[in-house]
Amino acid sequence: MDSKVKLGIIIILIIIGAYFLFKPGVQYDRIEIAGSTSVQPVAEKLAEKYMEKHPNVKINVQGGGSGMGIRTAQQGIVDIGTSSKKLKDNEKDGLQDFVIGTDGIVIALNTENNVTDLSTEQLRDIFSGKITNWKEVGGPDATIHVIVRESGSGTLSSFKSLVMKKTNITSDAIVQGSTEAVKQAIKQDPYAIGFVSLSHMSSDVKAIEVDGITPSETTIADGSYPLQVPFLFLTKGDPKGITKDFIDWVFSAEGQAIIREEKIVPAIANVSDDT
Amino acid sequence: MQTVFWASGIITVIILLVIIGYILIKGLPAINLEFLLAEPIDSGESGGIAPMIVSSIYVTLVAGIVAAPLGVGAAVYLAEYAGENKVVKLIRFGAETLASIPSIVFGLFGLSFFVIFLGMGWSLFAGGLVLALMALPTIFQVAEVSIEAVPRSYREGSLALGATKWETIYRVVLPAAIPGITTGVILGLARAISEAAAIMFVVGSALSMPISIFDPGRPLPLHLYVLATEGISMENAFGTAAVMVILILIITVVTNTLVERYQKKMMGR
Amino acid sequence: MSSNKLEEYLVEKGLFLTAIFSIIIILIIIAFIFREGFPIFQEYGVLNFIFGMNWAPSDEQYGVFTMIVGSLCITGLSLLMAVPLSILCAIFMAEIAPKTFRKILKPTIETLAGIPSVVYGFFGLIVLVPLVRVQFGGTGFSMLTASIILTIMILPTIISVSEDALRSVPHEYKEASLALGATQWQTIKNVIFPAAIPGVITAIILGMGRAVGETLAVIMVAGNVTQIPNSILDPVRALTSNIALEMGYATGVHYNALFGTAIVLFIMIMVLLVIANYFHYKKKVVIGGGYL
Repeated sequence: MDSKVKLGIIIILIIIGAYFLFKPGVQYDRIEIAGSTSVQPVAEKLAEKYMEKHPNVKINVQGGGSGMGIRTAQQGIVDIGTSSKKLKDNEKDGLQDFVIGTDGIVIALNTENNVTDLSTEQLRDIFSGKITNWKEVGGPDATIHVIVRESGSGTLSSFKSLVMKKTNITSDAIVQGSTEAVKQAIKQDPYAIGFVSLSHMSSDVKAIEVDGITPSETTIADGSYPLQVPFLFLTKGDPKGITKDFIDWVFSAEGQAIIREEKIVPAIANVSDDT
Repeated sequence: MQTVFWASGIITVIILLVIIGYILIKGLPAINLEFLLAEPIDSGESGGIAPMIVSSIYVTLVAGIVAAPLGVGAAVYLAEYAGENKVVKLIRFGAETLASIPSIVFGLFGLSFFVIFLGMGWSLFAGGLVLALMALPTIFQVAEVSIEAVPRSYREGSLALGATKWETIYRVVLPAAIPGITTGVILGLARAISEAAAIMFVVGSALSMPISIFDPGRPLPLHLYVLATEGISMENAFGTAAVMVILILIITVVTNTLVERYQKKMMGR
Repeated sequence: MSSNKLEEYLVEKGLFLTAIFSIIIILIIIAFIFREGFPIFQEYGVLNFIFGMNWAPSDEQYGVFTMIVGSLCITGLSLLMAVPLSILCAIFMAEIAPKTFRKILKPTIETLAGIPSVVYGFFGLIVLVPLVRVQFGGTGFSMLTASIILTIMILPTIISVSEDALRSVPHEYKEASLALGATQWQTIKNVIFPAAIPGVITAIILGMGRAVGETLAVIMVAGNVTQIPNSILDPVRALTSNIALEMGYATGVHYNALFGTAIVLFIMIMVLLVIANYFHYKKKVVIGGGYL
């Protein structure tokens, strides 16, 4: 009897639990966003604020990479794909792109390194393996440890087209899979050099001037800082319905202000005067 | 020889202590009641991880409910019913291959099979299924070893008393093998609960609190991964890691205690 | 009686279904990976793909040989470190350690199996990489660093499964051996360990599987350079790392090439398993099992 009572209670609990688990969720309007991991944090913040204003909308932001954003947007699996690199012509294929903001690429060194400025040519020579010792660019007598991002990363492809032009990156370069991994690698190695996006910069590592220009929101907005990366929203054809409303809101003063909070230069430069 | 064994035991303990200590020292300062009970603010830069804890529980439940019966069932079949024939070799080989498939491949498979092909959409349910596939071989392999280890005399005794084969398995073999089966389930689910790469493309990574298992969510390891690799907040990343370590520690201690009690009870009879 | 027979029949068939489930899943996964990966073999050539030394998607060069070597080296080196340590530790826990010691150690080890690989990756990046750089030179990102991290990651799996195998060796074996005047070490070496070998090999296979398949942690410490390593201090790229690093971005042929990498990985794993199984079954025949 006793064990039967116990069994009964367990079964009832399971049924109640199952009811809650399988009960279909409240019906929301959904927007699915996927793509670039660099765009992910800002897209999440935009989504969070938008959902506060529109409680009946659920926005789902996931990473996966720029390629994933492009592919899933093309296949119509997501409503918005995101990318942190310009689309190649063969990738466009019916996609509409919206530049929601611009990020910069910062050349980062260990804080102990006394080098403060490198020209684009010097960067190209360092990353191609022509310059291998810090003393050739005014630093200590030590081998340069080059750290790059993985092939295809939005940051890497922008770096390549802006700095390397046609030159290849040295095959000795250490490859790291994420912004934070690059930063941590530089932080613990006094002779390392790498690049991260401006929005991800922190005091762990040192940002240097490129061609004498300090990376900042101002120098990116006025175009004088050479290393810039676009943040893209991609839709298949013209956006419709709730997706259109969301994108319109992203380009409103409110949306652009959130983008600026993330240290990304908004697409509409004079947004603060615009309102 | 004694010294070698002691030395290896102690080396292992030191490694364990270093890793767990490292996580706890870095992570504990971030943990407080608010961290556990609040929703994340600014993609996790501040606020808590309550939705992630719930998401993790959901995917692990789905994985456990799907994988444990399948794994144990397969183990029973191989240990008790099948002889050593080609099919059995193939099954075992299949399980080993499944165990060796990299998590990232599971992730891509989950995306194109469950999410897109079967039309489940990004949900914790789909994530749970992917994790079930990952946990399955571990559960199966460990369970099989422990079922085979049940002494032959137990089975012969039961059969001699007139029990059918299935009764023997159900009442004698399985209860005797429970400790090993539990280890297998814990090991399998521990791998599942800590997996980020496999569910990255499947669970939808939503930050809000999931209500049903068909909602998208973001389990703890994925949250940890995004926090850490995108440098959103290393403090909260380690806080999340510490919460996971503590959760898993609690689960293993509780199950180990239960198994031990159970063993004592069995011995007593 | 006939209802009993029916039940027996249904149970057996049901269990059979659960048993072949993993094969069905494998077949689905294989079908899917081959569908996506096959085009690269057609376009680039199987031999060029497998034995090509250059991987440069931007120049349409897709050779994975350096990564095959990388994966094998990392896995081999970590097994070399992990297997002796974990088997000794398992024997220690099962036969020698005081009971309280074991009671604390076992849940801790199982907890370790549940720590996410990202955490191991960051631990490696922040603690081990500088250590290796300062001690041995180079950048610190190396085969050695990756193997150490993998060793730590697979220890719990191998220890805990082989410990279970050792403990499930019937007591009679041990008592008989001791009664015959064998020392504890002789008993372990000649009776308990041989009897537990199938379980220990399962444990090693599980550990190897985890080592070959590990992605996120290896990415952070291996350096991911596509070259044949000259020493254990050179950076390497594993096949898994290649997929995980670039999958997010790949489109077109590059995308197929990454699935091609998965196929190569798959075949490599199968070959490793066949080798491991050869020893597994050979031993099993010698021991005999508790089959009904």
